[in-house]
Amino acid sequence: MLDVSSKLSWKLSSWVMIFRTALEERLVYRGDFALGTLMRFLPIITQIFLWFAVFDAIDQKGENTSGMIGGFSFEEIVAYYLLTMLGRAFSSMPGLASGIAKQIREGEIKRYLIQPIDLITFLLLNRVAHKFAYYVIAAGPFALVFFLCRNYFVDGWPNLTTVIAFILSLIMGFLIGFFLEASIGMIGFWFLEVSSLLFVYMLFSFFLSGHMFPLTLLPDGIEQLVTFLPLKYLAYFPAAIFLQKIPEDELLYELGLEACWLVFFIILCRFAYSRGVKRYSGFGG
Amino acid sequence: MLNFRRQKEVQPNYGKVFLTFAKNSLIRDMTFRTNFLLQCISSVGWTLMNVGFYLILFQFTDTLGAESGWDRDKFFLFLATTWFINSIVQAFFMPNAEEFSELIRTGGLDFALLKPIDTQFLISFRKVDWSSLSNFAAGIVIAFISLRNLAIRETNPMTPTIMEVSLYLIFVSLGIAIMYSLMICLSATSVWLGRNQTLYNFWFYITNFSRYPMEMYNRGWGRPLYGLFTFVIPVLLVVNVPARILAKPLDPRDSSEWLLVGWCLIAALTSVVFSRWVFFRALSSYRSASS
Repeated sequence: MLDVSSKLSWKLSSWVMIFRTALEERLVYRGDFALGTLMRFLPIITQIFLWFAVFDAIDQKGENTSGMIGGFSFEEIVAYYLLTMLGRAFSSMPGLASGIAKQIREGEIKRYLIQPIDLITFLLLNRVAHKFAYYVIAAGPFALVFFLCRNYFVDGWPNLTTVIAFILSLIMGFLIGFFLEASIGMIGFWFLEVSSLLFVYMLFSFFLSGHMFPLTLLPDGIEQLVTFLPLKYLAYFPAAIFLQKIPEDELLYELGLEACWLVFFIILCRFAYSRGVKRYSGFGG
Repeated sequence: MLNFRRQKEVQPNYGKVFLTFAKNSLIRDMTFRTNFLLQCISSVGWTLMNVGFYLILFQFTDTLGAESGWDRDKFFLFLATTWFINSIVQAFFMPNAEEFSELIRTGGLDFALLKPIDTQFLISFRKVDWSSLSNFAAGIVIAFISLRNLAIRETNPMTPTIMEVSLYLIFVSLGIAIMYSLMICLSATSVWLGRNQTLYNFWFYITNFSRYPMEMYNRGWGRPLYGLFTFVIPVLLVVNVPARILAKPLDPRDSSEWLLVGWCLIAALTSVVFSRWVFFRALSSYRSASS
């Protein structure tokens, strides 16, 4: 009994240690970081003007009386882009897959086979700490941009249910992003060079996650296929929830579906890791 | 007198040196052939995604902006121009500008300064990223299809005259010169800043503005941006002027368009001179690194 609780407290204290180290490491370059975050919003300016031009032409022609494209008005599209930035701040995992592949290639991975630390838990804690540090610093720039663009949120704050669903979708988006990319990194056990594969994944993810445009703009057949894929949880889904594009009675079902995808990727990642470790052979010191 | 003549004799043949640089890069690229092929495929993949996005956009609208004249085929000609200019910048200048800041940081610039050749030339053209030229090919395909569509369509079919094509080529080169100058200026700042990771993002974000017809920005709070990117950092002219000459979104042409063409000429020359000045200012502030 004592053994179990001491094991648990040891585990917890090591987790706290990992988290703290990663957090401190991240806060070193905070100035550069905050400026970088603010600049990342610059492309949205071009998007605002592009979509204004599109809606301007539609209004002029007067055929499309609803003034909507794919169920989005001009303001909503701008709000959508801002919200996908927030979604990506949770779900994007820069350097995760390539980091795992590099550790496999360079043999660093054997550390986790010898030491009593699980690779996936370690990476996850690291990521959580990095993200945490990121939000602390990025909160200012994000708040500033959202405040400047408050007029694009025509409906104001959504109701409590929507906000809760939005937060849930962001957290699950983070986890799906993590386990999806970690699974891709595990491919490194089979192929030593995964950088080109990763680039292809990044391209697809940029297009199909809804980062480039709302997925409802896609032609019907393709839209159904794309919304079936899990990539939409990385950007489109949280934004669509916030803008109340998903009917409230379907919310629970959609979130449940997202949870299923999350479980799928956790299992996939664990399975790939255990299989990969069996294949792996390390030499030398 | 004799001395002067001798100095003239040792002037390097810049064309030959450039060809050697290009050849060496090609040999290097061909050593890792699969990697090269994958790089080409991924850049073409990026192109396809952009084309897909604009095709979706033009399903909902006929033109970009009311009465701007930028319909689908004309805009794709604009897009092809963006692709030509960006691919050339990425193939010839981008790898070198990246290297430049690294040379400054590590002190490797010493070796470049010692070589008996113009330092700016050496720094700007040492490497060629051949795989980026796959986007140039993609641009040719886009341009060909949109020109064909423009020629055979029922309302206002148009084919560009030889005059327009030659002007187009001239102004594409001037656009490239503006981009090159901007890049040299940005990378030269690493002499003062030591590191310029954010500056590369800055380059990406600034050039992002050049990707769309400029009149789009000329309204409301976009006017200051429009002015800034037309007159101070003239990135809006880079693609707009050549694309306008060829695609003729407004027919008959507005007289202000010719002012823009003239300004583009002046802006390109000024940027090149200015960037050379900044480059040499940076070199004179350079104080090697390490021991």
